[in-house]
Amino acid sequence: MKKLMILVIAAAAALAAKIPAEGYKAGDRAADFRLKNVDGKMLSMAGYKTAKGFIVVFTCNHCPVSQGYEQRIIALDKKYAQKGYPVLAISPSDPASVPADSYENMQKVATAHKYTFPYLIDETQAVSKAFGARATPHAFVIQKTGAGNVVEYVGAIDNNAEDGDPNRTNYVEKAVDALLEGRKPVVNTTKAFGCSITYKN
Amino acid sequence: MKRFVVTQLLYLLFVWPAFSQTVRPVTASQLESRFRSGKDTVYVVNFWATWCVPCVKELPEFEKFREDHKDQPLKLLLVSMDYESKVKSAVMPFARRQKLKAEILIASRKNEQGFIDAIDKGWSGSLPGTLIVNNAKAVRKFFEKPLTHEELNTLYQTYK
Repeated sequence: MKKLMILVIAAAAALAAKIPAEGYKAGDRAADFRLKNVDGKMLSMAGYKTAKGFIVVFTCNHCPVSQGYEQRIIALDKKYAQKGYPVLAISPSDPASVPADSYENMQKVATAHKYTFPYLIDETQAVSKAFGARATPHAFVIQKTGAGNVVEYVGAIDNNAEDGDPNRTNYVEKAVDALLEGRKPVVNTTKAFGCSITYKN
Repeated sequence: MKRFVVTQLLYLLFVWPAFSQTVRPVTASQLESRFRSGKDTVYVVNFWATWCVPCVKELPEFEKFREDHKDQPLKLLLVSMDYESKVKSAVMPFARRQKLKAEILIASRKNEQGFIDAIDKGWSGSLPGTLIVNNAKAVRKFFEKPLTHEELNTLYQTYK
């Protein structure tokens, strides 16, 4: 019996050690954040009084996959901000290891590429960790409800990172369209393909 | 000027062919049929990209591992997840610079989700990832992390 107990404890310890921070899944409530935008102002989801929800995209300057998605992210904001789902872009990158992702360089890119949405820096990476952002770009569609900000989609923006495929499946668009029509997204989880995010510790 | 042309010619004649790498496209199902035809061969398939920093760091480990097992039934495949349109502008120049000698393929996919799931359901999609297949022993293991030369050796000894 004692042996069994030891085995159970050892197994539990092994499991506990292996479980990574999973982050948000579809159905989870997302905690609000307070992050600095490229215009110097601090920004929270709570500040968007009339929004119905948000398209939160973890993205960054240096990653070629993010760069490949840049125009698609701008297009998402242009299409859905007016319908109540603005894009909030968050850079999860640690500028100490990737200088291209410094705050100053984020400001430059946002201006030069005419970002229509906030581009926030997650200096401590705490928000990215809480969301469970794994790669750039990694998208989270969030719906504002009486019970808080509910995550309704987690994953890739679409199923073909290489631009120009007219037949690709646009997961984020489909998810937001469903929510706007009072439905739940049929596909609420996909895999984020892009540059892995390096966390400081 | 003449000397410059001569050096360039010599370079093209001798140095270029040594590093010239063809990078063929491969779908997930073509990879599977290759595994099936391999009999007792152990396939070590590394998924990487030229833009993936930890991948670039680990590639020399794979080259050393391949070099050390030249006479064994082992096949190393380096499957790039770069865009298919970047083969000539990014993947091939990279392979030349890094003097990669292993077979390099480019993941041909119209649908990343389908490709990733076909390789391994548990793969989150992050790079690097390494698949080890030995059909003769029904081995199929996926590792979503960088591997060292020593770790690759241990895995090969375990699954060969």
